Amino acid sequence: MATLSIVDARAIHKHFGALHVLKGVDLKVAERELVFVIGPSGSGKSTLLRCLNRLEEPSSGSIVVDGIDMLDPRTDINHARQRIGMVFQSFNLYPHMTALGNVTLALRKVAGKSRAEADRLGHAALERVGLADRAEHTPGQLSGGQQQRVAIARSIALEPRVMLFDEPTSALDPELVGSVLEVMRSLRESGMTMIVVSHEMGFARNAADRVVFMDDGLIVEQGAPAEIFEHPAHDRTRAFIGQIQRH
Amino acid sequence: MSTWDRFVDTFFNGKVMAKYLPDILSGMVVTIELAVLIVITGLGAGLALALIRSLAIRPLNWLIVFTVDLFRALPPLVIIVLIYFGLPYADLSFSGFVSTWLSLALVLMAFSEEIFWAGITSVHKGQWEASRSTGLSFGQTLMNVVLPQALRLTIPPLTNRTIAITKGTALGTVVAVTEILGEASSAMSNSYNPSPLMMGAAAYLVLFLPVVVLARRLERKFAWKR
Ligand SMILES: Nc1ncnc2c1ncn2[C@@H]1O[C@H](COP(=O)(O)OP(=O)(O)OP(=O)(O)O)[C@@H](O)[C@H]1O
Ligand SMILES: [Mg+2]
Repeated sequence: MATLSIVDARAIHKHFGALHVLKGVDLKVAERELVFVIGPSGSGKSTLLRCLNRLEEPSSGSIVVDGIDMLDPRTDINHARQRIGMVFQSFNLYPHMTALGNVTLALRKVAGKSRAEADRLGHAALERVGLADRAEHTPGQLSGGQQQRVAIARSIALEPRVMLFDEPTSALDPELVGSVLEVMRSLRESGMTMIVVSHEMGFARNAADRVVFMDDGLIVEQGAPAEIFEHPAHDRTRAFIGQIQRH
Repeated sequence: MSTWDRFVDTFFNGKVMAKYLPDILSGMVVTIELAVLIVITGLGAGLALALIRSLAIRPLNWLIVFTVDLFRALPPLVIIVLIYFGLPYADLSFSGFVSTWLSLALVLMAFSEEIFWAGITSVHKGQWEASRSTGLSFGQTLMNVVLPQALRLTIPPLTNRTIAITKGTALGTVVAVTEILGEASSAMSNSYNPSPLMMGAAAYLVLFLPVVVLARRLERKFAWKR
Protein backbone atom coordinates (compact mmCIF):
# COMPACT_ATOMS: atom_id res chain seq x y z
CA MET A 1 0.00 0.00 0.00
CA ALA A 2 1.42 3.34 -1.02
CA THR A 3 -0.36 5.41 1.60
CA LEU A 4 1.19 6.00 4.98
CA SER A 5 0.56 3.33 7.59
CA ILE A 6 -0.93 4.85 10.68
CA VAL A 7 -0.77 1.58 12.57
CA ASP A 8 2.21 -0.65 11.98
CA ALA A 9 2.36 -3.70 14.24
CA ARG A 10 4.96 -6.35 13.55
CA ALA A 11 5.54 -9.84 14.86
CA ILE A 12 3.35 -9.35 17.91
CA HIS A 13 3.55 -12.18 20.38
CA LYS A 14 1.59 -12.33 23.59
CA HIS A 15 1.81 -14.95 26.31
CA PHE A 16 -0.45 -15.21 29.33
CA GLY A 17 1.69 -17.47 31.46
CA ALA A 18 1.94 -20.70 29.50
CA LEU A 19 -0.81 -19.64 27.12
CA HIS A 20 0.49 -18.38 23.77
CA VAL A 21 -2.30 -16.09 22.61
CA LEU A 22 -0.74 -14.06 19.78
CA LYS A 23 1.77 -15.96 17.68
CA GLY A 24 3.42 -13.33 15.53
CA VAL A 25 0.77 -10.99 14.19
CA ASP A 26 1.59 -8.35 11.58
CA LEU A 27 -0.97 -5.66 11.01
CA LYS A 28 -0.60 -2.51 8.96
CA VAL A 29 -3.44 -0.06 8.70
CA ALA A 30 -3.42 2.84 6.26
CA GLU A 31 -4.77 6.26 7.04
CA ARG A 32 -8.58 6.43 6.60
CA GLU A 33 -8.78 2.67 6.26
CA LEU A 34 -11.46 0.62 8.00
CA VAL A 35 -10.13 -2.80 8.91
CA PHE A 36 -12.60 -5.39 10.08
CA VAL A 37 -11.29 -8.20 12.28
CA ILE A 38 -13.18 -11.47 12.54
CA GLY A 39 -12.35 -14.82 14.03
CA PRO A 40 -13.55 -17.46 16.48
CA SER A 41 -13.82 -16.82 20.19
CA GLY A 42 -10.43 -16.99 21.85
CA SER A 43 -8.50 -16.39 18.64
CA GLY A 44 -6.87 -13.28 20.13
CA LYS A 45 -8.82 -10.42 18.53
CA SER A 46 -9.34 -8.47 21.73
CA THR A 47 -5.80 -9.13 22.87
CA LEU A 48 -4.47 -7.75 19.58
CA LEU A 49 -6.52 -4.54 19.91
CA ARG A 50 -5.47 -4.16 23.53
CA CYS A 51 -1.83 -4.53 22.58
CA LEU A 52 -2.14 -1.69 20.08
CA ASN A 53 -2.78 0.88 22.84
CA ARG A 54 -0.77 -1.13 25.34
CA LEU A 55 -3.61 -1.92 27.67
CA GLU A 56 -1.93 -5.29 27.31
CA GLU A 57 1.85 -5.50 27.21
CA PRO A 58 2.98 -7.57 24.20
CA SER A 59 5.62 -10.18 24.99
CA SER A 60 7.55 -9.17 21.87
CA GLY A 61 7.18 -7.34 18.60
CA SER A 62 6.98 -3.71 17.59
CA ILE A 63 4.05 -1.33 17.41
CA VAL A 64 4.17 2.11 15.83
CA VAL A 65 1.02 4.22 15.88
CA ASP A 66 1.02 7.57 14.11
CA GLY A 67 4.79 7.61 14.20
CA ILE A 68 5.00 6.86 17.92
CA ASP A 69 6.83 3.75 19.07
CA MET A 70 4.28 2.39 21.53
CA LEU A 71 6.64 -0.12 23.12
CA ASP A 72 9.54 2.26 23.71
CA PRO A 73 9.80 2.75 27.48
CA ARG A 74 10.60 6.41 26.88
CA THR A 75 7.26 6.98 25.13
CA ASP A 76 4.77 8.95 27.20
CA ILE A 77 2.10 6.29 26.99
CA ASN A 78 -0.66 8.48 28.44
CA HIS A 79 0.01 11.10 25.81
CA ALA A 80 0.13 8.49 23.06
CA ARG A 81 -3.16 6.92 24.14
CA GLN A 82 -5.05 10.13 23.47
CA ARG A 83 -4.47 9.47 19.78
CA ILE A 84 -5.97 5.98 19.98
CA GLY A 85 -9.65 5.86 20.83
CA MET A 86 -11.07 2.63 22.20
CA VAL A 87 -14.66 1.47 22.41
CA PHE A 88 -15.53 -1.55 24.52
CA GLN A 89 -18.22 -4.17 24.32
CA SER A 90 -19.49 -3.24 27.77
CA PHE A 91 -19.34 0.57 27.17
CA ASN A 92 -17.48 1.16 30.44
CA LEU A 93 -18.98 4.57 31.01
CA TYR A 94 -18.27 6.15 34.39
CA PRO A 95 -21.56 5.62 36.25
CA HIS A 96 -21.00 8.47 38.70
CA MET A 97 -20.71 11.12 36.00
CA THR A 98 -23.09 12.62 33.45
CA ALA A 99 -22.64 11.93 29.75
CA LEU A 100 -20.86 15.26 29.45
CA GLY A 101 -18.69 14.45 32.46
CA ASN A 102 -17.69 11.17 30.81
CA VAL A 103 -16.73 12.95 27.62
CA THR A 104 -14.85 15.83 29.23
CA LEU A 105 -12.80 14.01 31.89
CA ALA A 106 -9.81 13.23 29.67
CA LEU A 107 -10.14 16.57 27.88
CA ARG A 108 -9.57 18.29 31.20
CA LYS A 109 -7.15 15.90 32.86
CA VAL A 110 -5.04 14.79 29.91
CA ALA A 111 -5.50 17.34 27.13
CA GLY A 112 -5.33 20.15 29.69
CA LYS A 113 -8.42 22.03 28.50
CA SER A 114 -10.20 24.48 30.77
CA ARG A 115 -13.61 23.39 31.99
CA ALA A 116 -15.36 25.80 29.62
CA GLU A 117 -13.35 24.64 26.63
CA ALA A 118 -13.79 20.98 27.58
CA ASP A 119 -17.54 21.48 27.92
CA ARG A 120 -17.68 23.10 24.50
CA LEU A 121 -15.74 20.22 22.90
CA GLY A 122 -17.76 17.69 24.90
CA HIS A 123 -21.06 19.09 23.67
CA ALA A 124 -19.74 19.03 20.11
CA ALA A 125 -18.73 15.38 20.47
CA LEU A 126 -22.13 14.44 21.90
CA GLU A 127 -23.74 16.29 19.01
CA ARG A 128 -21.77 14.18 16.55
CA VAL A 129 -23.20 10.98 18.03
CA GLY A 130 -26.71 12.44 18.08
CA LEU A 131 -26.95 12.89 21.85
CA ALA A 132 -26.74 16.66 22.26
CA ASP A 133 -29.85 16.56 24.41
CA ARG A 134 -28.54 13.88 26.77
CA ALA A 135 -25.49 15.74 28.09
CA GLU A 136 -26.77 15.88 31.67
CA HIS A 137 -28.04 12.28 31.82
CA THR A 138 -26.10 9.70 33.78
CA PRO A 139 -25.33 6.34 32.13
CA GLY A 140 -28.04 4.69 34.22
CA GLN A 141 -30.61 6.93 32.52
CA LEU A 142 -29.51 6.00 29.00
CA SER A 143 -30.26 2.99 26.80
CA GLY A 144 -27.44 0.64 25.85
CA GLY A 145 -27.20 2.14 22.39
CA GLN A 146 -27.06 5.66 23.82
CA GLN A 147 -24.40 4.59 26.32
CA GLN A 148 -22.25 3.17 23.56
CA ARG A 149 -22.61 6.38 21.58
CA VAL A 150 -21.52 8.38 24.62
CA ALA A 151 -18.52 6.05 24.85
CA ILE A 152 -17.72 6.81 21.21
CA ALA A 153 -18.09 10.53 21.93
CA ARG A 154 -15.68 10.14 24.87
CA SER A 155 -13.08 8.85 22.43
CA ILE A 156 -13.64 11.17 19.48
CA ALA A 157 -13.64 14.26 21.70
CA LEU A 158 -9.89 13.72 22.02
CA GLU A 159 -9.56 13.78 18.21
CA PRO A 160 -7.81 10.43 17.94
CA ARG A 161 -5.92 9.40 14.82
CA VAL A 162 -7.27 5.88 14.98
CA MET A 163 -10.21 4.20 16.73
CA LEU A 164 -10.34 0.65 18.04
CA PHE A 165 -13.73 -1.02 18.45
CA ASP A 166 -13.98 -4.29 20.37
CA GLU A 167 -17.39 -5.80 19.61
CA PRO A 168 -19.14 -2.46 20.06
CA THR A 169 -22.62 -3.83 19.38
CA SER A 170 -22.43 -7.31 20.93
CA ALA A 171 -23.98 -6.26 24.23
CA LEU A 172 -26.86 -4.39 22.60
CA ASP A 173 -30.44 -5.42 21.98
CA PRO A 174 -30.88 -5.95 18.22
CA GLU A 175 -33.05 -2.86 17.79
CA LEU A 176 -30.32 -0.63 19.27
CA VAL A 177 -27.48 -1.92 17.08
CA GLY A 178 -28.42 0.26 14.12
CA SER A 179 -27.92 3.58 15.88
CA VAL A 180 -24.37 2.64 16.91
CA LEU A 181 -23.46 1.35 13.45
CA GLU A 182 -24.81 4.55 11.98
CA VAL A 183 -22.48 6.60 14.17
CA MET A 184 -19.58 4.36 13.15
CA ARG A 185 -20.47 4.82 9.51
CA SER A 186 -20.52 8.60 9.82
CA LEU A 187 -17.15 8.43 11.60
CA ARG A 188 -15.82 6.47 8.72
CA GLU A 189 -17.18 8.99 6.23
CA SER A 190 -15.39 11.74 8.13
CA GLY A 191 -12.14 9.88 7.38
CA MET A 192 -11.43 8.20 10.69
CA THR A 193 -9.06 5.25 10.62
CA MET A 194 -10.80 2.35 12.33
CA ILE A 195 -10.04 -1.18 13.44
CA VAL A 196 -13.26 -2.99 14.25
CA VAL A 197 -13.69 -6.38 15.87
CA SER A 198 -17.31 -7.36 15.29
CA HIS A 199 -19.73 -9.96 14.01
CA GLU A 200 -21.80 -7.40 12.07
CA MET A 201 -21.14 -8.87 8.62
CA GLY A 202 -23.56 -6.53 6.91
CA PHE A 203 -21.60 -3.57 8.20
CA ALA A 204 -18.35 -5.21 7.14
CA ARG A 205 -19.62 -5.77 3.61
CA ASN A 206 -20.57 -2.19 2.93
CA ALA A 207 -18.19 -0.22 5.14
CA ALA A 208 -14.95 -2.18 5.49
CA ASP A 209 -11.95 -1.72 3.20
CA ARG A 210 -10.38 -4.93 4.38
CA VAL A 211 -11.42 -7.95 6.39
CA VAL A 212 -8.85 -9.76 8.51
CA PHE A 213 -9.54 -13.29 9.65
CA MET A 214 -7.74 -14.44 12.78
CA ASP A 215 -7.54 -17.92 14.19
CA ASP A 216 -5.49 -19.34 17.00
CA GLY A 217 -3.35 -16.24 17.48
CA LEU A 218 -2.52 -15.70 13.82
CA ILE A 219 -3.89 -13.77 10.87
CA VAL A 220 -4.94 -16.58 8.56
CA GLU A 221 -5.99 -14.43 5.63
CA GLN A 222 -7.12 -10.96 4.71
CA GLY A 223 -8.58 -9.12 1.77
CA ALA A 224 -11.48 -7.12 0.46
CA PRO A 225 -14.80 -8.03 2.13
CA ALA A 226 -16.29 -9.56 -1.00
CA GLU A 227 -13.21 -11.66 -1.53
CA ILE A 228 -13.08 -12.99 2.04
CA PHE A 229 -16.81 -13.57 2.33
CA GLU A 230 -17.42 -15.08 -1.13
CA HIS A 231 -14.11 -16.77 -1.90
CA PRO A 232 -12.19 -17.53 1.26
CA ALA A 233 -8.90 -19.26 0.47
CA HIS A 234 -8.63 -21.23 3.69
CA ASP A 235 -10.88 -23.92 5.06
CA ARG A 236 -10.83 -22.38 8.51
CA THR A 237 -12.08 -19.06 7.10
CA ARG A 238 -14.78 -20.81 5.11
CA ALA A 239 -15.91 -22.79 8.13
CA PHE A 240 -16.03 -19.68 10.31
CA ILE A 241 -17.93 -17.59 7.77
CA GLY A 242 -20.37 -20.40 7.14
CA GLN A 243 -21.00 -20.64 10.85
CA ILE A 244 -21.59 -16.91 11.25
CA GLN A 245 -23.91 -16.67 8.27
CA ARG A 246 -26.08 -19.48 9.55
CA HIS A 247 -26.93 -17.28 12.55
CA MET B 1 -40.42 6.18 100.70
CA SER B 2 -41.99 4.09 97.93
CA THR B 3 -39.89 1.75 95.84
CA TRP B 4 -40.23 4.15 92.91
CA ASP B 5 -39.01 7.09 94.98
CA ARG B 6 -36.08 5.06 96.20
CA PHE B 7 -35.27 4.08 92.63
CA VAL B 8 -35.35 7.69 91.45
CA ASP B 9 -33.38 8.85 94.47
CA THR B 10 -30.70 6.27 93.72
CA PHE B 11 -30.38 6.48 89.95
CA PHE B 12 -31.58 10.00 89.19
CA ASN B 13 -30.59 11.89 92.31
CA GLY B 14 -31.05 15.59 91.51
CA LYS B 15 -28.50 16.85 94.00
CA VAL B 16 -25.80 14.45 92.88
CA MET B 17 -26.55 15.12 89.25
CA ALA B 18 -26.36 18.88 89.67
CA LYS B 19 -23.09 18.55 91.51
CA TYR B 20 -21.40 16.37 88.92
CA LEU B 21 -22.94 17.82 85.76
CA PRO B 22 -19.86 20.01 85.06
CA ASP B 23 -17.62 16.94 85.33
CA ILE B 24 -19.76 14.98 82.90
CA LEU B 25 -19.81 17.92 80.50
CA SER B 26 -16.02 18.21 80.59
CA GLY B 27 -15.91 14.45 80.01
CA MET B 28 -18.07 14.97 76.95
CA VAL B 29 -15.62 17.51 75.60
CA VAL B 30 -12.76 15.03 76.03
CA THR B 31 -14.80 12.28 74.35
CA ILE B 32 -15.62 14.56 71.43
CA GLU B 33 -11.99 15.58 71.03
CA LEU B 34 -10.88 11.96 71.10
CA ALA B 35 -13.60 10.83 68.70
CA VAL B 36 -12.88 13.55 66.16
CA LEU B 37 -9.15 12.85 66.26
CA ILE B 38 -9.69 9.10 65.93
CA VAL B 39 -12.10 9.43 63.02
CA ILE B 40 -9.93 11.88 61.06
CA THR B 41 -6.60 10.14 61.56
CA GLY B 42 -7.97 6.58 61.50
CA LEU B 43 -9.96 6.98 58.30
CA GLY B 44 -7.23 9.10 56.73
CA ALA B 45 -4.57 6.51 57.45
CA GLY B 46 -6.87 3.67 56.34
CA LEU B 47 -7.55 5.38 53.02
CA ALA B 48 -3.87 6.15 52.55
CA LEU B 49 -2.94 2.50 53.14
CA ALA B 50 -5.61 1.32 50.69
CA LEU B 51 -4.30 3.72 48.05
CA ILE B 52 -0.72 2.58 48.63
CA ARG B 53 -1.91 -1.02 48.43
CA SER B 54 -3.41 -0.34 45.00
CA LEU B 55 0.08 0.41 43.69
CA ALA B 56 0.67 -3.35 44.04
CA ILE B 57 4.21 -3.17 45.37
CA ARG B 58 4.64 -6.66 46.79
CA PRO B 59 6.75 -6.17 49.94
CA LEU B 60 4.79 -3.05 50.84
CA ASN B 61 1.51 -4.90 50.47
CA TRP B 62 2.69 -7.73 52.70
CA LEU B 63 3.53 -5.15 55.33
CA ILE B 64 0.15 -3.48 54.98
CA VAL B 65 -1.76 -6.75 55.17
CA PHE B 66 0.24 -7.82 58.21
CA THR B 67 -0.33 -4.51 60.01
CA VAL B 68 -4.00 -4.51 59.18
CA ASP B 69 -4.51 -8.09 60.33
CA LEU B 70 -2.61 -7.39 63.54
CA PHE B 71 -4.72 -4.42 64.55
CA ARG B 72 -7.92 -6.14 63.58
CA ALA B 73 -7.06 -9.16 65.69
CA LEU B 74 -5.89 -7.43 68.89
CA PRO B 75 -8.54 -6.21 71.34
CA PRO B 76 -8.37 -2.39 71.49
CA LEU B 77 -7.90 -2.49 75.26
CA VAL B 78 -4.75 -4.54 74.85
CA ILE B 79 -3.35 -2.02 72.38
CA ILE B 80 -4.11 0.87 74.73
CA VAL B 81 -2.42 -0.87 77.64
CA LEU B 82 0.59 -1.83 75.53
CA ILE B 83 1.09 1.72 74.31
CA TYR B 84 0.51 3.34 77.68
CA PHE B 85 2.38 0.93 79.93
CA GLY B 86 4.67 -0.78 77.43
CA LEU B 87 6.15 1.95 75.27
CA PRO B 88 7.77 3.83 78.21
CA TYR B 89 10.20 0.89 78.38
CA ALA B 90 11.25 1.91 74.86
CA ASP B 91 11.67 5.48 76.13
CA LEU B 92 8.41 6.55 74.52
CA SER B 93 5.81 7.87 76.89
CA PHE B 94 2.38 8.95 75.83
CA SER B 95 -0.36 10.40 77.98
CA GLY B 96 -3.50 8.35 78.49
CA PHE B 97 -5.29 10.61 76.03
CA VAL B 98 -2.69 10.12 73.31
CA SER B 99 -2.46 6.38 74.00
CA THR B 100 -6.21 5.99 73.60
CA TRP B 101 -6.25 8.14 70.47
CA LEU B 102 -3.36 6.24 68.84
CA SER B 103 -4.77 2.83 69.71
CA LEU B 104 -8.25 3.43 68.41
CA ALA B 105 -6.96 5.29 65.37
CA LEU B 106 -4.80 2.26 64.54
CA VAL B 107 -7.78 -0.05 64.92
CA LEU B 108 -9.97 2.19 62.76
CA MET B 109 -7.14 2.46 60.24
CA ALA B 110 -6.95 -1.33 60.01
CA PHE B 111 -10.68 -1.91 59.60
CA SER B 112 -11.20 1.01 57.24
CA GLU B 113 -8.25 -0.01 55.07
CA GLU B 114 -9.94 -3.35 54.50
CA ILE B 115 -13.23 -1.64 53.68
CA PHE B 116 -11.65 0.93 51.35
CA TRP B 117 -9.65 -1.82 49.67
CA ALA B 118 -12.73 -3.95 49.15
CA GLY B 119 -14.42 -0.91 47.60
CA ILE B 120 -11.51 -0.23 45.26
CA THR B 121 -11.27 -3.83 44.08
CA SER B 122 -15.01 -4.08 43.53
CA VAL B 123 -14.89 -1.40 40.82
CA HIS B 124 -15.08 -3.16 37.47
CA LYS B 125 -11.82 -3.61 35.56
CA GLY B 126 -13.44 -2.00 32.52
CA GLN B 127 -13.53 1.33 34.37
CA TRP B 128 -9.75 1.28 34.67
CA GLU B 129 -9.37 0.30 31.03
CA ALA B 130 -11.70 2.98 29.70
CA SER B 131 -9.97 5.66 31.70
CA ARG B 132 -6.43 4.52 30.92
CA SER B 133 -7.30 4.18 27.22
CA THR B 134 -8.16 7.89 27.11
CA GLY B 135 -4.76 8.73 28.54
CA LEU B 136 -5.47 9.21 32.23
CA SER B 137 -2.59 8.06 34.42
CA PHE B 138 -2.91 5.40 37.12
CA GLY B 139 -3.25 8.06 39.81
CA GLN B 140 -5.75 10.15 37.86
CA THR B 141 -7.84 7.05 37.19
CA LEU B 142 -7.75 6.06 40.84
CA MET B 143 -8.77 9.51 42.04
CA ASN B 144 -11.31 10.51 39.38
CA VAL B 145 -12.86 7.23 38.30
CA VAL B 146 -12.29 4.43 40.79
CA LEU B 147 -12.31 6.09 44.20
CA PRO B 148 -15.60 7.98 43.77
CA GLN B 149 -17.30 4.69 42.90
CA ALA B 150 -15.49 2.78 45.65
CA LEU B 151 -16.41 5.30 48.35
CA ARG B 152 -20.06 4.98 47.52
CA LEU B 153 -19.94 1.27 48.30
CA THR B 154 -17.95 1.72 51.47
CA ILE B 155 -20.23 4.18 53.25
CA PRO B 156 -22.51 1.70 55.07
CA PRO B 157 -19.78 -0.62 56.43
CA LEU B 158 -17.53 2.34 57.14
CA THR B 159 -20.05 4.22 59.27
CA ASN B 160 -20.85 1.10 61.27
CA ARG B 161 -17.19 0.46 62.02
CA THR B 162 -16.46 4.07 62.76
CA ILE B 163 -19.26 4.30 65.30
CA ALA B 164 -18.31 1.02 66.96
CA ILE B 165 -14.66 1.96 67.29
CA THR B 166 -15.32 5.53 68.38
CA LYS B 167 -17.45 4.22 71.25
CA GLY B 168 -14.25 2.51 72.39
CA THR B 169 -13.11 5.89 73.75
CA ALA B 170 -14.68 4.62 76.99
CA LEU B 171 -11.67 2.30 77.28
CA GLY B 172 -9.63 5.42 77.99
CA THR B 173 -10.77 5.20 81.65
CA VAL B 174 -8.25 2.41 82.09
CA VAL B 175 -5.40 4.81 81.43
CA ALA B 176 -6.91 7.69 83.41
CA VAL B 177 -8.46 9.61 80.53
CA THR B 178 -11.18 11.84 81.93
CA GLU B 179 -13.69 11.12 79.17
CA ILE B 180 -17.39 10.56 79.85
CA LEU B 181 -17.17 7.13 81.44
CA GLY B 182 -14.09 8.09 83.48
CA GLU B 183 -15.79 11.16 84.89
CA ALA B 184 -18.98 9.24 85.54
CA SER B 185 -17.33 6.40 87.42
CA SER B 186 -15.15 8.63 89.59
CA ALA B 187 -18.21 10.74 90.37
CA MET B 188 -20.04 7.55 91.21
CA SER B 189 -17.42 6.41 93.70
CA ASN B 190 -17.15 9.86 95.27
CA SER B 191 -20.89 10.22 95.72
CA TYR B 192 -21.68 6.57 96.50
CA ASN B 193 -24.50 6.99 94.01
CA PRO B 194 -24.99 5.64 90.45
CA SER B 195 -26.72 8.78 89.14
CA PRO B 196 -23.57 10.04 87.41
CA LEU B 197 -23.49 6.83 85.41
CA MET B 198 -27.00 7.58 84.15
CA MET B 199 -25.79 11.02 83.12
CA GLY B 200 -22.88 9.36 81.36
CA ALA B 201 -25.28 7.11 79.46
CA ALA B 202 -27.34 10.16 78.51
CA ALA B 203 -24.18 11.91 77.33
CA TYR B 204 -23.33 8.97 75.02
CA LEU B 205 -26.83 9.05 73.60
CA VAL B 206 -26.61 12.79 72.98
CA LEU B 207 -23.30 12.32 71.20
CA PHE B 208 -23.87 9.18 69.19
CA LEU B 209 -27.56 9.13 68.36
CA PRO B 210 -27.25 12.04 65.90
CA VAL B 211 -24.25 10.32 64.32
CA VAL B 212 -26.19 7.09 63.88
CA VAL B 213 -29.13 8.96 62.35
CA LEU B 214 -26.85 10.95 60.07
CA ALA B 215 -25.09 7.77 58.95
CA ARG B 216 -28.40 6.19 58.07
CA ARG B 217 -29.36 9.24 56.01
CA LEU B 218 -26.04 9.17 54.20
CA GLU B 219 -26.44 5.48 53.41
CA ARG B 220 -29.87 6.00 52.00
CA LYS B 221 -28.78 8.94 49.91
CA PHE B 222 -25.89 7.08 48.32
CA ALA B 223 -27.76 3.80 47.96
CA TRP B 224 -30.31 5.58 45.82
CA LYS B 225 -27.95 7.18 43.42
CA ARG B 226 -26.55 3.99 41.95
N1 LIG C 1 -5.73 -11.37 31.08
C1 LIG C 1 -5.69 -12.63 30.61
N2 LIG C 1 -5.11 -13.62 31.32
C2 LIG C 1 -5.06 -14.88 30.86
N3 LIG C 1 -5.57 -15.27 29.68
C3 LIG C 1 -6.17 -14.34 28.91
C4 LIG C 1 -6.27 -12.98 29.34
N4 LIG C 1 -6.91 -12.27 28.39
C5 LIG C 1 -7.21 -13.16 27.41
N5 LIG C 1 -6.76 -14.39 27.71
C6 LIG C 1 -6.89 -15.60 26.87
O1 LIG C 1 -6.35 -15.30 25.62
C7 LIG C 1 -7.10 -15.94 24.59
C8 LIG C 1 -7.52 -14.90 23.58
O2 LIG C 1 -8.44 -14.03 24.18
P1 LIG C 1 -9.11 -12.82 23.43
O3 LIG C 1 -10.01 -12.15 24.38
O4 LIG C 1 -8.09 -11.98 22.76
O5 LIG C 1 -9.96 -13.57 22.31
P2 LIG C 1 -11.06 -12.99 21.34
O6 LIG C 1 -10.66 -13.39 19.97
O7 LIG C 1 -11.26 -11.55 21.59
O8 LIG C 1 -12.32 -13.83 21.74
P3 LIG C 1 -13.88 -13.38 21.87
O9 LIG C 1 -14.45 -13.45 20.49
O10 LIG C 1 -14.45 -14.42 22.76
O11 LIG C 1 -13.90 -12.02 22.47
C9 LIG C 1 -8.23 -16.63 25.28
O12 LIG C 1 -7.89 -18.00 25.41
C10 LIG C 1 -8.33 -15.99 26.62
O13 LIG C 1 -8.79 -16.89 27.58
MG1 LIG D 1 -12.82 -10.40 22.42
